[in-house]
Amino acid sequence: MSDVRPAPPTDDEVLRLAEVRKSFNLGTALETEVLHGIDLRLQRGELTALIGPSGSGKSTLLNIIGLLDTPTAGELYLLGQPTRAADDATRTHMRNQAIGFVFQFHHLISAFSVLDNVLMPLMIRQGRPGAEQVELAHSLLAEVGLARFAAQKPTQLSGGQQQRVAIARALVTRPPLLLADEPTGNLDSRTAQSVFELFHRINDQFGCAVLVVTHDPRLAADCSRTVELVDGRILSDSQIPG
Amino acid sequence: MRLADSLWTEWRIALRFLLDNRMQSLLIVFGIAVGSAVIVFITALITGLQANVIERTLGTQAHIRILPPDEVNRVLPAEPGSHDLRLENPRAQRLRSILNWQEVRDALDQDRDVLAVSPVISGPAIARRGVARASVALIGIDPQRYQRIIPLANDLIAGELRVGAGDAVIGAELAEDLGLSLGDKLRLDAGEGREAVVDIAGIFRLGVRELDERYVYLDLKQAQTLLDLPGGVTVIDTRIGELFEAEHIAARLARLTGLRAESWMATNGQLLNALASQSMTTEMIRVFVGISVAFGIASVLAVSVVQRTREIGILRAMGSPRGQILRIFLLQGGLLGLVGSACGGGVGWALVQVFNLFGPRLFVIPVDPTLVPLAMLVATVTGVLAAAAPARRAARYDPAVAIRYV
Ligand SMILES: Nc1ncnc2c1ncn2[C@@H]1O[C@H](COP(=O)(O)OP(=O)(O)O)[C@@H](O)[C@H]1O
Ligand SMILES: [Mg+2]
Repeated sequence: MSDVRPAPPTDDEVLRLAEVRKSFNLGTALETEVLHGIDLRLQRGELTALIGPSGSGKSTLLNIIGLLDTPTAGELYLLGQPTRAADDATRTHMRNQAIGFVFQFHHLISAFSVLDNVLMPLMIRQGRPGAEQVELAHSLLAEVGLARFAAQKPTQLSGGQQQRVAIARALVTRPPLLLADEPTGNLDSRTAQSVFELFHRINDQFGCAVLVVTHDPRLAADCSRTVELVDGRILSDSQIPG
Repeated sequence: MRLADSLWTEWRIALRFLLDNRMQSLLIVFGIAVGSAVIVFITALITGLQANVIERTLGTQAHIRILPPDEVNRVLPAEPGSHDLRLENPRAQRLRSILNWQEVRDALDQDRDVLAVSPVISGPAIARRGVARASVALIGIDPQRYQRIIPLANDLIAGELRVGAGDAVIGAELAEDLGLSLGDKLRLDAGEGREAVVDIAGIFRLGVRELDERYVYLDLKQAQTLLDLPGGVTVIDTRIGELFEAEHIAARLARLTGLRAESWMATNGQLLNALASQSMTTEMIRVFVGISVAFGIASVLAVSVVQRTREIGILRAMGSPRGQILRIFLLQGGLLGLVGSACGGGVGWALVQVFNLFGPRLFVIPVDPTLVPLAMLVATVTGVLAAAAPARRAARYDPAVAIRYV
């Protein structure tokens, strides 16, 4: 397994999808194609909102981009590297190295403290985290406004707080690509707003590519780019200047 | 370095998962502890008991006895072409000496498997005091050599082990039957007019009624005279190092000496049979307890793997390799086995001590110092093996599916 991170592509391209298709229940009577040939590029520093009606294939697309699922056809280049033919071990390694994931139901591990949850991707990668990594985790928690909660269990936190812990966790490996699937779907609009502001700040600060699935048009409107997915096809892709 | 570092994570997650499911973990640890306590206690008890029984048995027996070959009828082979119709009476086995017993003794003295050698002459006689009579076995010994086969001196309840000219040592039951005490005179009649009067120099109690009521120890010379085998011995008793090799060693000694060699295992066949079936019963108990413990661990972990489906999905999504998930659950199995058996081993050990202090006190069970560590090792390995199926299931989860599990 080679480290995928050190040599960023000459341009700022983090991700490229070429003619990506996804069918479920392949070879059965229930076979359905959910994504019909998606082409998409994500650049470093971009904050992209992925919108679309329920069932249009947003989660499916995000899972494919996050290397949790494989496309039926087409190719996905992560940091310039093709991924479709990669085996499970390589894909797992790439996930750990290059991708931060934030899910709708935050998905913290309740057995661990908030700090350990943030450190988990690093522990998975290399075992016991070093002092400077613990330092980083603390500063990320401070960044999301939860410095005081480091020693608590996730269940002692509110939904919005837990989601912010999940964001800190996704950032601890400094991934070039941050994916979030309806991260505010469960939050009230004010909390959702603050979580989104956090995405903006992170995007400015870390310069990673951020792709956020959202239902909320107001939140999407704040993003520099909006991709609309309908029935498994990209209907519109608009860049808002400035 | 990398492996140790990555195992650190597995340890941590495994431990956290176990502590998080506190009730489940405690219950299964309790179950494993009960199982290990039973295994440790029963193993110590049976091992101790059997060692004790064998020790007692061999306390009054030679390990291997070398005897003259049985006398057989010499029959001429039938002439060719004729049929051999034979009616044969086995010969009465008269008391007779081992021919070149001094050489045999010296050869045995040199033998690597043999620790002690004692030529003995024994034969029947009638003991008489006044009008009281008892049938006895005369045992002529060389006390120094004999002492190394059967430590008779330790079992003396009166007097000393002195069997020289005119002295004899007899069993307590015989002394009682004939009303004898130290210094009293006893008439021994070996038949055909061979008689002697001896002084009682010592009285022993071996704890085996048969011996305590029949054995009369003399020195070789007195017994040889009484039994009319001047200079002869009828048996050579030996003690060996490897008790349970007795059969093989006996066979080898028989070949070496050209005489009959009878091992304690052959003479105590029934006892050994009983001990073997007892061992088998214990073995079955151990195996079945082990199996139920293994199933307990496996089922607890199987439940835990399902409960933690989503968390496993998250770990996988964050880049945890399949092998890591596998190891996390194998470690949990091993940890449960280790902790459970450590508690159970301690309890089992304590039970043995309680048994030794407050039990029937018939004998003391020594606990082999390797028993508890060995039980812990076996339980840990069992835990890891029991965890294999659930752990593999966890490692195979598709992260995209697992994450959506509710
Ligand atoms: N594992 C699956 N098996 C079969 N169909 C699926 C599976 N996952 C998603 N789908 C289908 O794919 C379509 C897109 O689903 P999804 O990507 O979850 O949409 P969205 O996230 O935009 O709401 C839906 O019709 C859904 O039923
Ligand atoms: Mg969805």
